[in-house]
Amino acid sequence: MLSVDLPGGPSVTAVLEAEGLGKRYGRRWALSECTLSIPAGHVVGLVGPNGAGKSTLLNLAVGLLAPTGGSISVLGSLPAADAAQLGRVGFVAQDPPTYSGLSVADHLKLGARTNPTWDNELATSRVRRLGLDPSQKAGKLSGGQRAQLALTLAIAKRPEFLVLDEPVASLDPLARREFLQILMETVAEHQVSVVLSSHLVADIERVCDYLIVLVSSRVQLTGEIEDLLSTHHRLIGPRCDPSSLPENQHVIEESHSERQSTLLVRSDGPIMDPAWTIESLSLEDLVLAYMGQGRSIDATLWSKDDE
Amino acid sequence: MIWLAWRQFRTQASVAGGVLIAVAITFLLTGPHLAHAYDTTVLTCKVHGDCAPVLANFFARDRLIRDLSRAAILVPALLGVFWGAPLVAREMENGTFRMAWTQSVTRSRWIVIKLGVVAAASVAVAGLFSLMVTWWSSPFDTITKDPFGTFDLRGIVPIGYAAFAFALGVTMGVLIRRTIPAMAATLVAFTAVRVAFTEWVRPRLLSPLHYSGAFTLNQNGPNEVPGKGQARDWVVSSLILNKRGVVIGSNGGIGPNGEINLQPGAHGGTTLVGVGTCPETIPPPTSTGVHSSGPAPLNVQRAVQKCLNSFHLKEVLTYQPASRYWTLQWYEMAIFLVLAVALAGFSWYWVRRRLA
Repeated sequence: MLSVDLPGGPSVTAVLEAEGLGKRYGRRWALSECTLSIPAGHVVGLVGPNGAGKSTLLNLAVGLLAPTGGSISVLGSLPAADAAQLGRVGFVAQDPPTYSGLSVADHLKLGARTNPTWDNELATSRVRRLGLDPSQKAGKLSGGQRAQLALTLAIAKRPEFLVLDEPVASLDPLARREFLQILMETVAEHQVSVVLSSHLVADIERVCDYLIVLVSSRVQLTGEIEDLLSTHHRLIGPRCDPSSLPENQHVIEESHSERQSTLLVRSDGPIMDPAWTIESLSLEDLVLAYMGQGRSIDATLWSKDDE
Repeated sequence: MIWLAWRQFRTQASVAGGVLIAVAITFLLTGPHLAHAYDTTVLTCKVHGDCAPVLANFFARDRLIRDLSRAAILVPALLGVFWGAPLVAREMENGTFRMAWTQSVTRSRWIVIKLGVVAAASVAVAGLFSLMVTWWSSPFDTITKDPFGTFDLRGIVPIGYAAFAFALGVTMGVLIRRTIPAMAATLVAFTAVRVAFTEWVRPRLLSPLHYSGAFTLNQNGPNEVPGKGQARDWVVSSLILNKRGVVIGSNGGIGPNGEINLQPGAHGGTTLVGVGTCPETIPPPTSTGVHSSGPAPLNVQRAVQKCLNSFHLKEVLTYQPASRYWTLQWYEMAIFLVLAVALAGFSWYWVRRRLA
């Protein structure tokens, strides 16, 4: 959808590409050596534990932060490089901020006055559908309504790429469901690429078709959710040495009791060994397994640092 | 973007507008009466020979408004604290910069327009305020003839102060990122700069003139350049020397405000502490504060003058003549405007490159 054929150049199929990207605050690295690519035409879920660098990455993507090291390009150019680039990327920040003294109508006017690509019809119809009173001050809205207002602003500028940084983290379950519902409708209607960060896998599962697991700035897992679920299995069988598995099966997580081994494996082909009981995985199992793996890598890094 | 800058500023602007209108109405209601009273009583008092009571009467008029008009000194500081400091700090504090900076407006343009709109309003408010105060106070100023006594409150310097205070507030907000601390820092820094400038820079903006002559008592005290034009000069410093050319005063003979400390001599006559003794006997009271309420009786004045003459004292004054008033006003305003532009430039750079 977003592949643009540049004359004589490669086609751009990634909405976001980061290479060795880093952001440092004082002596603390919020994100370091992060290399990843977010494909166009997907609703990408970015998950990871707190402190993994998700928020930093997304703030770098919309140009609110400037990288300390490495490079990042969004839709083929530097984030927030100019007004046109800003117009192509929509952003809903964590705990979506709104101007508490301005009314809902003022916010729409703000959007209209600051975005040449503003779709006023879209904005007003959305506000009407949400049941927001245009004369209501944003400070008097509920958290869910504020998030909806922020989403309206981000969508009505008709971006090619929509970035949402934990937009539902502070919402109650009902407001969260409504928000994600509207997000899904919008995506379907306007064919926009989306990246959505969350530490709640259930949210990701509801709206995303592509997953990136980020732990300590490293991409632990990336791919279309459907593919990921079909290539990962839980194997339960008599106790064995995981290194005895065939070449095309990689153990992500293992646990052993006296008689039994439980392995979480990625397998490129079908699993033939009849000794195994094969269970399919939920997305949550998968994410947690890879997060755990990330943590252990982290631990070895720490011990190296200590030496 | 201009719409947004104005929309966010609207409430503050209407408060300032309300205050300006209230002040304008007060001045318009009382000003013409003042001018009329000035024309009919003060201007004609020489003819009628009743200047002392007429002036006393005139200065008793609108005393409250006159005192309140001195609050004009606070206007630039208030603009810096309430308009400058929150401009960026509030956006940082509430997180709304994340919304503002992700619309199709570059940060650079965002800050330039916000700075421009509110700076223009600050300059306009301070200018109008100064204009109104200067106009209303003109009858009093004409009588006191002491332009440097109200230098900070009149003319064009308040414009420079307001621009500077506003830019300083924005800079503090950009650096501190929290509204209340930024407001406090703005107030402290602005006061410090103003005091330092008045104390050390303003006297040196133009190289001062010097006067030296015999030390005499005159009506307005010793710190006055005698025989000059209409308005009072600004005496930056004064020295009193004895006949050998040694500075006196610091050791008690003549105080910093021109108090002359005469005491009865041990062997008759009168002693000026630290200088010498004259044969005259001064009728009590022997300590004459020149600025004390009411002039000393004529015979005392004469005796004091005769005694002082016998010491052959000299005074050396360093001063800015009243004729330089407008030159100094322009210089001071220009310097504060340049400082304001520098701070605004810094804020622009910081918002564009360093913030968030």
